[in-house]
Amino acid sequence: MMIVGAGIAGSVAAESLRAEGWRGRIVLIGRETRLPYERPPLSKAHLTEEVEPGPKTLVTSERLEELDIEYLQGREVVAIDRAAHTVKLADGARLAYERLLLTTGARARPVSNLIGQGARIRTLRTYDDALFIRRAINPGAEVVVVGGGFIGLEVAASAVSRGASVTVIEAGPRLLARAVPAPLAELIKAKHERSGVRLELGTTIERVDAIEGRSKVILTSGRAHLADLVIVGIGAVPNVELARLAGLAIDNGIALDELLATSDPDIFGAGDCCSFPHRLYNERIRLEAWRSAQQQGAAAASNMLGAHSPYEKIPWFWSDQYDQTLQVVGLHREQDDPVIRDLGPNGLLIFYLAKDGRIVAACGFGSLPAIAREIRFAEMMIGRGLSPNVEALSNPAVNIKSLLS
Amino acid sequence: MTITEEWVAACPVDAIEREEALRFDYGARTFVIVRSPEGTFHAMDGNCSHEKVHLAGGIVDGHIIECPKHFGTFDYRTGEACALPVCIDLRSYDVKVENNLVFIKL
Ligand SMILES: Cc1cc2nc3c(=O)[nH]c(=O)nc-3n(C[C@H](O)[C@H](O)[C@H](O)COP(=O)(O)OP(=O)(O)OC[C@H]3O[C@@H](n4cnc5c(N)ncnc54)[C@H](O)[C@@H]3O)c2cc1C
Ligand code: FES
Repeated sequence: MMIVGAGIAGSVAAESLRAEGWRGRIVLIGRETRLPYERPPLSKAHLTEEVEPGPKTLVTSERLEELDIEYLQGREVVAIDRAAHTVKLADGARLAYERLLLTTGARARPVSNLIGQGARIRTLRTYDDALFIRRAINPGAEVVVVGGGFIGLEVAASAVSRGASVTVIEAGPRLLARAVPAPLAELIKAKHERSGVRLELGTTIERVDAIEGRSKVILTSGRAHLADLVIVGIGAVPNVELARLAGLAIDNGIALDELLATSDPDIFGAGDCCSFPHRLYNERIRLEAWRSAQQQGAAAASNMLGAHSPYEKIPWFWSDQYDQTLQVVGLHREQDDPVIRDLGPNGLLIFYLAKDGRIVAACGFGSLPAIAREIRFAEMMIGRGLSPNVEALSNPAVNIKSLLS
Repeated sequence: MTITEEWVAACPVDAIEREEALRFDYGARTFVIVRSPEGTFHAMDGNCSHEKVHLAGGIVDGHIIECPKHFGTFDYRTGEACALPVCIDLRSYDVKVENNLVFIKL
């Protein structure tokens, strides 16, 4: 069994293969030169903690040894020979596989604008990116964040809490337009403004010039900002090149079936690099979410061993903004009906019901204990295909748990 | 000096419904009090052993409490860690009910 890409999906898959009883070889190949580590803290604790933190590893080398997982660290797979069942590494080595799992993840989308030589501009995807950014967001530093999505806003919150002066540039008319309903995005916006982050919506960068060690960010609106650091958070691009080169089907990511197999039955996929059909939503989706990557890694491992069990977990995502949490479970569409549940000082929730009354999604922003609990019960309702009473759902005095029965 | 154990009143019985949990702070310490589906009361250290996240925000399912952050689980009767990513057990405490109050032994 061979796994290409040692993020959370790949490392969980390697551990799961062993846990599920596979006795043969397990080879995990990762091009980063460290042990597999968590990405979510890169925009959060890694930027704010007093003492410079090391990467938060997902698995220790002792554990890898104990499970007899061969971890090829700092090695990159450059080609797959499907007929011969081998992969080729950048250094020319060839390794045979019986079944292959692609967990190549995604990379930060770079800006396509003109960037002057020497401008300090950085995306955030790896531990090294986080260290670079951490060292630059000192008190008083001028920071421009391009992109008002999750990562951009988390970085903005972290930088401002470190005493930097922060401006967020967002091309759309509002923040978090892709995944978060407007009323919640408003709350998040207000939280950022209260914390001292400046937001400029409806404009984007035209170019960045380097001026005496600083970066001049010129916006399409005509304004300009002088920054010590420009951080770009405009989304991620799935790493599909390897799969494409091997002739595997690609459709907004490496295209998988419900068993998480690619168009080659001996090659599977999991995590940010893949799209898959979801029974609940009748569409092909690609997620960029920590828990899904983990669950898919485990599910793909079982199916590589012949479990034949369709992947049906409900998407779930969280983001920390200051001391508040945002959580989204399920997927909602334009035509779904929103139901608002106002928890007062504890936060705000919005549930989405499909036309037939079934609950399909929920989002909440507020204090972690309150939001986590409501979202978890919403997830259970979605999983069971329930159609909760709208009145009860919108009434915070009704215990959400009671709607489960 | 010997450390004496004491019974501390944590909450009224009707403050927690069945299969629910409540946070209880005492001095600098924090606990989670859980009422089982059968109606019995149990107490454990309040913070998850994975990260510092309070378990009272998690859901109770049978004899399991689930951490709200990464969904690790514990058997709240014993404090035993049951599902990854938690692997360190939490300490559980004796509980008694008197005069409609829940007491925990610290
Ligand atoms: C800053 C940041 C904050 C985040 N915060 C949250 C959050 O709060 N909540 C949430 O739900 N999600 C969050 N996420 C998303 C979450 O981290 C991802 O969904 C998750 O990391 C995906 O895991 P993965 O294993 O699919 O891919 P990745 O983590 O991208 O791992 C893929 C690995 O494969 C390697 N690789 C690629 N190609 C090859 C090759 N050819 N050969 C060898 N190795 C290769 C890559 O170098 C990489 O190490 C965040 C992400 C980032 C970057
Ligand atoms: S903090 Fe409880 S499981 Fe991670």
